[in-house]
Amino acid sequence: MSNGARVGVLELVRKSGETGIFFVRLLAACGPALGRPRLIIAQIYNAGARSLIIIMLSGLFTGMVLGLQFYDVLNRFGATEALGTAVALALLKELGPVLTALLFAGRAGTALTSEIGLMRATDQLTAMDVMAVDPIRHVAAPRFLGGLIAVPLLTAIFTVVGLFGAQLIGVQFLGVDHGIFWSQAQSAVALKDVTEGVVKSVVFGAVVSLIAVNEGYHSEPTAEGIGRATTRTVVASSVMILLLDYVLTAVFL
Amino acid sequence: MRANRSLEIGTGLFVLLGFAALLFLSMQLPANGLKFSFKKPAGYAVTAQFDNIGDLKVGAPVRMAGVRIGQVTRIDFDTNTERAKVWLRIDPRFNQIPADSSAAIDTEGLLGGQYIAISPGAMPTYLSNGSRILETQSALVLENLINKFFATEANKSHGSGDDAKESK
Repeated sequence: MSNGARVGVLELVRKSGETGIFFVRLLAACGPALGRPRLIIAQIYNAGARSLIIIMLSGLFTGMVLGLQFYDVLNRFGATEALGTAVALALLKELGPVLTALLFAGRAGTALTSEIGLMRATDQLTAMDVMAVDPIRHVAAPRFLGGLIAVPLLTAIFTVVGLFGAQLIGVQFLGVDHGIFWSQAQSAVALKDVTEGVVKSVVFGAVVSLIAVNEGYHSEPTAEGIGRATTRTVVASSVMILLLDYVLTAVFL
Repeated sequence: MRANRSLEIGTGLFVLLGFAALLFLSMQLPANGLKFSFKKPAGYAVTAQFDNIGDLKVGAPVRMAGVRIGQVTRIDFDTNTERAKVWLRIDPRFNQIPADSSAAIDTEGLLGGQYIAISPGAMPTYLSNGSRILETQSALVLENLINKFFATEANKSHGSGDDAKESK
């Protein structure tokens, strides 16, 4: 094994350990953090409410594209009536949770990392420590919980908007029957499929928030270091989302 | 204080919207979830009884000459006649359907859902709210057709097993 590869593997192991330890400390701080709900509400607003526009726009266009593509494919088999089924299951089980988590990592995860990173660089976290205020409890935990709550809600909104986007294309423009679109979707979707989507979105929310907060907390206290930490947040979140998506899908099937 | 208030309203809106979406997904979308409908459907109700409705579902369209004129609103089993009872809601525009029209369950495409096709009769009176379509034709169940086909094939080969040469 070359020297570079050895350093790379070692760094990966170290990073996993750092994140794991931070996760445990974060969980321990979550209980006390729940006693300050205002901090969490502010973070739900920052991470969730302000991501609403991008999530709804992306959901709408994702749904519209799905409507077009599935219509084209199903049309080749003369089965355009199955459009509702195809779109509903695709959005609910895969595209809703995954795309929302990826967008959340880009929109809110980066903001979390750079915000906490800047606190680290300007010694605000150290100052808290000096004043015997636990920065994990007051800075990291509310942000983690805010993301954890926001992502499932954003995913649900994404999925519903996407469904209506697909309905817009399929029913209004391509002429699939309105009643058939919804009744086919309803007959194919079971409560289990909804649960799968919700579980995925909760897991993704936890992972993205954890990575974002951890990268910010442990970022190098320089301008360059914050930039690198932000990049790592997006890369690590995206890889983890897609990896865990496979694992969770395998578990649920 | 002002800024705090708008923050709380924004968060509240987001959370409510999220839960509304979750409710929609878990209650309205799955067939086994709860359902409630808000808009009162327009039109008049007609019933029809079928021996077998196959895969017909609530919400399926009612068509006449291929044009959508209404939809299936309810499906139930009639214990008196031992048949399936289907409620149809016909658009108020189409109020001149002869009373002796017949209803059949057809399939759209290869994998598509089923719908009710109405073929017009000739009577001068029209279907109205509460009237019943008497003449119906059940859904074609593919498995039954296949079974029938294989049964007749088997009969044929049994009957003409030895004298195949003779028959042709």
